[in-house]
Amino acid sequence: MIRVQEEDFDIAHEMEAISSQSTSLGAIASFVGVVRDMAGDGGPSSMTLEHYPGMTERMLREIDEEACRRWPLEASLIIHRYGRLEPGDRIVLVVTASAHRHAALEACAFLIDWLKTKAPFWKFEETPDGSHWVEARAHDDEAAARWEKE
Amino acid sequence: MRLLYFASVRQTIGLAGEDVTLPGDIVDAGGLVDWLKGRGGVYAEALAQPGHVRIAVNQTYGHAGTPVTDDDEVALFPPVTGG
Repeated sequence: MIRVQEEDFDIAHEMEAISSQSTSLGAIASFVGVVRDMAGDGGPSSMTLEHYPGMTERMLREIDEEACRRWPLEASLIIHRYGRLEPGDRIVLVVTASAHRHAALEACAFLIDWLKTKAPFWKFEETPDGSHWVEARAHDDEAAARWEKE
Repeated sequence: MRLLYFASVRQTIGLAGEDVTLPGDIVDAGGLVDWLKGRGGVYAEALAQPGHVRIAVNQTYGHAGTPVTDDDEVALFPPVTGG
């Protein structure tokens, strides 16, 4: 399942919902992305996440379906927020559940690596020193590339 | 054609989107980007670095050779930075 939303999410609630979906799951893995404080001196900073409504949901669904093809998952969940966020705020939650830990852990890493390079979100950072669009990083592409087949 | 701009491309051009009628000789996304650059000014500035602009045709990633028509929704944006 995927959700794109402005509001925060409750990690415990989401994990509980996943674990109640199936009695045959033996492992639940999760990843939570959090806004880092970009102002080095501790001054105020914030981030605004822009996205492409429609394509975002489409890409997240595709990535989720790809994970379900590659690993025997009992359940999966991606929640990604947009809008204005402060340091410490949660941005993204990925939860995967499977009978065994390897599938759950690998699928979780795959989902976050792929969504970072494929889902149409952009971060705009504002700090006391100025504001700027966050640049894409080569090591995110490398992290995603390790899941490419062939 | 419905054009959509996001993030730094939107900010530089100063528009979130616009409707355009394609000249008849433009058949692919690469031709579309060149045509927009040819408008000069903020368009040339926003689309100056070819490696820095991603293209989506009808909400699916495309490339310079992806066919486009007046019925399509085409989005131009920088590399994504979510997660």
